[in-house]
Amino acid sequence: MNPALLLAGVLRDPATIADLAAPDWNALWAVARAEQLAGTLAHRIAGLPMPEAAAQLVADAIVSAEQGRTAALWEAEMARRALAELDVPVVLLKGTAYAAAGLSPSVGRVIGDLDILVPRDAMAAVEAALLAASWEWVKPDPYDDAYYRRWMHELPPLIHRDRDKMIDVHHTILPLTARIRPDAAALLADSVALGNGLRMLGAQDMLCHAAAHLFADGDLAGGMRNLWDIHCLLGEFGFDGLAERAAQHGLGAAMARAVRQSVRLYGTEAPPKWQGWDALDPLFHRRLTARDAWGRSTRKAVQLGFYIRSHLLRMPPAMLARHLWTKWRKGYRPA
Amino acid sequence: MRHLKLLRIGPIGFRIGSHWRRPIAALDELYRDYPGPRDDIADFNVHLFAARPWRRVLRPSVHIAGDFVIPDAAPLPLAQGLLAAEMGMNLQMALGLRRYLLLHASMVERNGRAVLMTGISGAGKSTLAALLMARGWRLMGDEFALIDCATGLAHAFPRLVSLKNEAIDVVTQALPGARFGPLLQGTPKGAIRHLVPDARAIAAMEVPAEPSLILFPRFGFEPAERPVLPSEAFVRLTQSSTNYVALAERGFEALTRLVQTVPARAIDYPDAATALAMVEALA
Repeated sequence: MNPALLLAGVLRDPATIADLAAPDWNALWAVARAEQLAGTLAHRIAGLPMPEAAAQLVADAIVSAEQGRTAALWEAEMARRALAELDVPVVLLKGTAYAAAGLSPSVGRVIGDLDILVPRDAMAAVEAALLAASWEWVKPDPYDDAYYRRWMHELPPLIHRDRDKMIDVHHTILPLTARIRPDAAALLADSVALGNGLRMLGAQDMLCHAAAHLFADGDLAGGMRNLWDIHCLLGEFGFDGLAERAAQHGLGAAMARAVRQSVRLYGTEAPPKWQGWDALDPLFHRRLTARDAWGRSTRKAVQLGFYIRSHLLRMPPAMLARHLWTKWRKGYRPA
Repeated sequence: MRHLKLLRIGPIGFRIGSHWRRPIAALDELYRDYPGPRDDIADFNVHLFAARPWRRVLRPSVHIAGDFVIPDAAPLPLAQGLLAAEMGMNLQMALGLRRYLLLHASMVERNGRAVLMTGISGAGKSTLAALLMARGWRLMGDEFALIDCATGLAHAFPRLVSLKNEAIDVVTQALPGARFGPLLQGTPKGAIRHLVPDARAIAAMEVPAEPSLILFPRFGFEPAERPVLPSEAFVRLTQSSTNYVALAERGFEALTRLVQTVPARAIDYPDAATALAMVEALA
């Protein structure tokens, strides 16, 4: 069995671990780690009968995820303090928002960088406040820096000098070079206050962001985790008003694909009009589940295709050619 | 991965896959008396692979990866495949271990009391551990000491002892009957030869011990000894731990307890015989 499908199957129905032999357990953990889903897996199967060695891995992963959650929420609080004087809305995005709001995708979830959304006209003030509070530039290359500032939906990443944690400051959720232009003002206007003085996106916007991130940007690397977020959020918020909100952001197609892929991989319950399978869906499914029993990525041709697609989504062809030429001369090669 | 080795060192199970037979054959030989992972379920995976298919045969070069990876890990020639496997296992421990506080230290035990020896590369951790094993101590490990955050006990990790450069001859002479791996010349750390821990170290590898002494040895100086305050020991051990920060409060509590309950000494020594006498007088 494809080990990525094995993982998806266990996340869907944890009781299926009863049938696993030792090699299956090894493949399951290898893929879960590679897809950053070890903590999620651990929480799903905790307490079920399983071999002692597997139970030990579960216990380790749960403790690790809990520490990651504490650190991520602390990092959000550090950003809140650094930006408190500015009196601008600070909207937590992705993993940190799920954790701060106690939403179901956050259970066991690894949280990477701190992602926040602020109004575009506040970007300079936010940047200055973060620099004053000991965040520092990561990208030393002037081309990369200039590229971010001119074309990206976020500041060049900043890293905190002492805590070694990265912050991504967004003013919208897709690069400015992409054809799709989500309604950033609406994202901010309909954001919801959290108890900690920070904000999170509204329910439908949270789903739109997750779908945009996975299917309208990037090459689907680590996609099983992002799709699991979508599966959980759909279970949490349902489908009311989702199609309309996605359409408002130009993300109707991305949202529809996200739902179809989530239904296929994780068995998400969706109304009939959201179900189906278009001509390209099988390819997306193959890309999402391209892992071997060691957690290594497979299907190199499919991956390369999605890598190229991610760039075509991100910018027009002439600009892409110029960008790739510049990066190539600087010695960058795709993995 | 075509070739596979499952093994357990102390409490930690490994699953090592390789494109080539040679590194796995070396592991089979040198780790032949070690058990497999509990329930055959590994804690960590290690991959030894060729970056391009033709590099399996043409100037074969062994890349190291696993569940946890660092960017730009340099590959090794196939002749050093055993070293690649060892580095791969060390890397998983250093980056991925959360069950124990991991200290970069060698460790020996006598009468249930463990002596930890830590210091910079070249301080003599592995050499002293091997020589103490030759004098009847139980070898608990030459690289990592695993501190249980709940109990404070030290768990053994008796992997192959990695002897470097001058230490190879010193230990070969002290342990004429021991089993050794091939002499690996020209590695990134010079010449390396692996020593198989003795039967007792392997048989008792699941038995933890109470830490009783922390030593900070330094090789190449006139004999000297001084007590190390808990505060200094704490700071130096945070530097020699790869997961202290990741363990957060658990790591802080385990480490403060260790330095507050276990005496620490810094010892300088000019040669192995002096060092052994100093360690045995203190322990």
